[in-house]
Amino acid sequence: MTAPLGLTAAAGLLTQLSHMFDHPFLRSAFIAGTCIALAAGLVGYVVVLRGQVFSGDALSHVAFTGALAALAFGVDLRLGLYGGCVAFAIVMAALGRRATADDTVVGSVFAWILGLGALFLSIFTTAQSGTGATGGNAGVNVLFGSILGLSTDQALVDGAVALAVAAAFTVIGRPLVFASLDEAVATARGVPVRLVGYAFFILLGVTVGVATQAVGALLLLGLLAAPAGASQRLSSRPFVALWLSAGVAVFSMWAGLTLAYLAPRMPPSFGILAVAAGVYLAAVAVPGVLAVVSRR
Amino acid sequence: MAVGIDLHQMFGLHFMVNAYRAGTIVAVVAGAVGWFMVLRRQSFAGHTLAIVSFPGAAGAVWLGLSATVGYFAGSIAAAVVIALVPRSSSGRAHSQESAVIGTVQAFALACGVLFVSLYGGFLDTVTGLLFGTFLGISDGQVATLGVVAVVVLAALGALARPLFFATVDADVAAARRVPVRGLSVAFLLLLGCTAAEVSQITGALLVFALLVTPAAAAQQLTARPAVSFVVTIVLAVAITWLALGAAFFSVYPVGFYVSTFGFTLYLVAAGWRVLVERMQARPPRRCQSRSTAPSAPPSGAPRSGAPRSGAPRSGAPSGLTAGA
Repeated sequence: MTAPLGLTAAAGLLTQLSHMFDHPFLRSAFIAGTCIALAAGLVGYVVVLRGQVFSGDALSHVAFTGALAALAFGVDLRLGLYGGCVAFAIVMAALGRRATADDTVVGSVFAWILGLGALFLSIFTTAQSGTGATGGNAGVNVLFGSILGLSTDQALVDGAVALAVAAAFTVIGRPLVFASLDEAVATARGVPVRLVGYAFFILLGVTVGVATQAVGALLLLGLLAAPAGASQRLSSRPFVALWLSAGVAVFSMWAGLTLAYLAPRMPPSFGILAVAAGVYLAAVAVPGVLAVVSRR
Repeated sequence: MAVGIDLHQMFGLHFMVNAYRAGTIVAVVAGAVGWFMVLRRQSFAGHTLAIVSFPGAAGAVWLGLSATVGYFAGSIAAAVVIALVPRSSSGRAHSQESAVIGTVQAFALACGVLFVSLYGGFLDTVTGLLFGTFLGISDGQVATLGVVAVVVLAALGALARPLFFATVDADVAAARRVPVRGLSVAFLLLLGCTAAEVSQITGALLVFALLVTPAAAAQQLTARPAVSFVVTIVLAVAITWLALGAAFFSVYPVGFYVSTFGFTLYLVAAGWRVLVERMQARPPRRCQSRSTAPSAPPSGAPRSGAPRSGAPRSGAPSGLTAGA
């Protein structure tokens, strides 16, 4: 009795899935999402390799404040987003590895930046409340992403920016990974370590900016860290792991968007992050289980 | 006079009185626990615990429970998880650890979004949970905050001496049979409770401001542990009172004022310290320039005693060891 029921459900699911790309907003989301996930997976791998997840965290705070400052002053959101992220990425690069998570100075500065973001949100909300537009929505969108709300033009621009980041990354990838793995040897071999470091942080800034629009300022850390952490567990060869990380990120994006499509009440950002975290958990758990099994 | 009348008006409102009561309780706990947190260099753990309180609160609201319960459940559960994860210090493991923290933080926030979306409530709830609100704190909530604060402070008082020892020199403490690992777990639990308390005033994202900045500022001002501990609590209470007052008289969120006042205070403290060091560093230099060889040893002594200007920002623990 259960088999036919299961079959009908599966068939229903399939027809639903086959109509998924009839919706223009989902097509846009998939185009932009794939490119953004590719960039985030590549850049995120180096972020994790350098142990600088905190820099990503700090930049995501800046992304929030930058975007809302732009909205509060009535300029285009992307101007504040990219401007703020790239400017602070250069500052973080100048600070180098001194900027660690437990440094109270850096922590106080970023707490304050987030506080400023709250101020701009409040300014923007009060300015908008008279006109009847949904000001509160903008803040929530910046924090948690609105990938399904992208227009086709926006999606193409975001996709192009993310693809440019990925292309630039493939150019500097080899010296960057070398410099991240062993700075001293790379310097001795004539790799311009500082220059590569700055280039990397600028790419990170742009990635954070573009990913904020997809998964939101608060959640993009997961898109940077989870695929990279998983791929690092699965392969110890840097370049295999690098592309594996990009693959995991793109897979998480596709699976998350599909889940959000099938379950409309689920925010797409949650779906993407849940898949990414699930892959990471599997990457941690499966080799451990295999080791236990093979020992017997 | 006008200010006096306005203040009178403010305290005539019951919800503002409650906000000040809750704010004072939270500030005292945040100052006390934050002082140890900065000393132990666990501020990122504090940040993570605070962030996890957001899905806790959002989940509780969705399930129809009170947000207070959710704050505590989320933070304490996260504290247990962080305490249970084995710690390692090699380079590769460090990079993995940061990946874990990033993933956990982002996933926790994503769960929070899911709960808010399932609840389908007002967007104001989200900004309130994230950036703090002081409106509508009930007598019951103040009582809960007070009880938890008393428990946390009592536990901290009981643990203070061994915890300080284990923080300043873990190896010697372990050799003296101080249960270093047990203390670290206990402290994380206290930090979880504190993060949950502070979240209710500053919002989940800005807990950091009230936990870190008073302690960081106080440790700039003095190297003596007992004095800086008291100064931390005083600063935390002052920041909270000022922020609540400013938020009452303006339209901007209380979290903004807490983080701004805290950061300003930290800058002032750091500037004051630099000024004091310049003043202390000058006399010996003058001595050296006036007389040459014979007076070199006495002029060298005070200089080595004074804190070096290269160390101050990261040198809080070493300064405290010297004080102890």
